[in-house]
Amino acid sequence: MEVREKLAYIIISLLASVAIISVILIFIFIARESLPIFFNPEIKKEANLRVFFFTRDWQPISLIPKYSFIPLIVGTVKVTIVAIVIAFPLSLGAALFTSEFIPGKFREIIKPVIELFSAIPSVVLGFFALMNIATWVQVLFHASSRLNAVTAGFALAFAVIPITYTICEDALNTVPRELREASIALGATKWQTAVKVVLPAASGGVFAGIMLGLARAMGETMIVLMVSGNAAQITLSFLDSVRTIPATIAAEMGEVAFGSAHYATLFFLGLLLFSITFVINYIASTLLERTQKRLRGER
Amino acid sequence: MNNKLKIKISVRNLNIYYGKFLAIKNITLDIPERSITAVIGPSGCGKSTFLRALNRMNELLPDVKTEGEVSIDGRNIYSPDVDLVKLRRNVGMVFQRPNPFPKSIFENVAFGLRIQGIRDRERIEETVELSLRRAALWDEVKDKLYKSALELSGGQQQRLCIARALAVQPQVILMDEPASALDPIATLRIEDLMRELKEEYTIVIVTHNMQQAARVSDFTAFFLTDEDRAGMLIEYGNTSDIFTMPKDPRTEGYITGRYG
Ligand SMILES: Nc1ncnc2c1ncn2[C@@H]1O[C@H](COP(=O)(O)OP(=O)(O)OP(=O)(O)O)[C@@H](O)[C@H]1O
Ligand SMILES: [Mg+2]
Repeated sequence: MEVREKLAYIIISLLASVAIISVILIFIFIARESLPIFFNPEIKKEANLRVFFFTRDWQPISLIPKYSFIPLIVGTVKVTIVAIVIAFPLSLGAALFTSEFIPGKFREIIKPVIELFSAIPSVVLGFFALMNIATWVQVLFHASSRLNAVTAGFALAFAVIPITYTICEDALNTVPRELREASIALGATKWQTAVKVVLPAASGGVFAGIMLGLARAMGETMIVLMVSGNAAQITLSFLDSVRTIPATIAAEMGEVAFGSAHYATLFFLGLLLFSITFVINYIASTLLERTQKRLRGER
Repeated sequence: MNNKLKIKISVRNLNIYYGKFLAIKNITLDIPERSITAVIGPSGCGKSTFLRALNRMNELLPDVKTEGEVSIDGRNIYSPDVDLVKLRRNVGMVFQRPNPFPKSIFENVAFGLRIQGIRDRERIEETVELSLRRAALWDEVKDKLYKSALELSGGQQQRLCIARALAVQPQVILMDEPASALDPIATLRIEDLMRELKEEYTIVIVTHNMQQAARVSDFTAFFLTDEDRAGMLIEYGNTSDIFTMPKDPRTEGYITGRYG
């Protein structure tokens, strides 16, 4: 028994370390490919941190290549905001509804159906957005171009909802029944109980759900590639076409000259995206853990 | 039974089903005002089911059916026009395991007032202090009212739950094995507290602990299951009578079995 347990322990730790090591290796690989922007004197002239963050244009294949990240960051932020603004209230509302207000048997139907959304390939979502959402957005907002940040964010919301919903719903569900009973026994209505007891108790988990949805929205490639319009520009309007970081990498990586400044820049862009989503995921998992602890009564 | 006392809760022919399963059968008894009534009996005999019928908490579960009548101050709480929110404010409940909200000590006690829409800060502060004093917890927590309630010990948490229930000014307090998760000293404190509270409140307590029932209660109801596992009331009367000269041999068997 002793030996078996030890063996199981060793195997599990090994598997876990393989996962961790692969993430580290991926990071190192991407980082290594982007190193020339710091150390290669030729490349450093065209592509460096000052160019990335303090110029305005992304035109990597013009005669004088321009490598500003700003329009890409603006684009990514825009579609992410739209996606979260749409997806968050819907996911949280649906999660509250399924966990607090409907009987168990309906919950067992609704939850898997929403979660099934995450099985829709993003290319299909993109296609749907191209055919339908783009038209709705154009009619509704009189947008000059069908493909813009709102269209892309709207389509992204479909990818974000199942994630945020599942995590919120799980967080609400781990709130012990005793807390709900205590609240009801004090004369609270179901609604008051949901909003004033269950939701605050699960707030960390709900927040983690938003964060992971955020990470998904920022990293999603195919949908935005198809429906964002892919114009790298710095504007305030959400109805302008945008170009996001992941879409840029996906669109340009196939044709870039190996070892060029453009190549290193794309990798650096990838590194940036990787780091941001990594940090977001890390914060989310910390929050989740903290909520669970709090609900178990630990500090 | 003592006739001088005014009846607070009167239960008539109460049947409760979980789906098709009859959990308690034909319970009829009167609970007097400003006294402690203990419900005892072996596990699964329907004590909690009975208690939760008194503030209609059983209805939170799907598929529960209640028949019969429960009247508080002469009004049937199962009649269709009863306001559940008012009923539960009037009939407070303390649970087996301390279940404070993951909020501050202050907010736990203030909760019942806040959900009534009371904003008056002074009034809330006064009520919180008074409730904590009544629950014999004030001195221990007055310097850390804004700390998390989860930092308190189990016994303190349970007294906090009592304070939380007192803050909405109920007339009846239901307690389902309120001390079963506590150590002996914390248990004695809760019992002392109950004796104080009965001056003002009608208390119904479910307990597994014979000595506890004998120590704190004025009246005792003994439940037992029949051959279909339905809980029945076997004997009900003054605690001293039930423990010294039970009329029913099954009561005697249960009590002596537990003592011996
Ligand atoms: N939610 C439920 N669904 C179905 N049956 C239930 C439910 N709750 C309780 N019962 C059944 O009803 C009967 C009475 O249960 P109850 O919890 O009232 O007993 P109890 O006397 O409080 O027991 P204990 O001393 O163990 O707390 C038991 O047979 C139990 O299995
Ligand atoms: Mg019980």
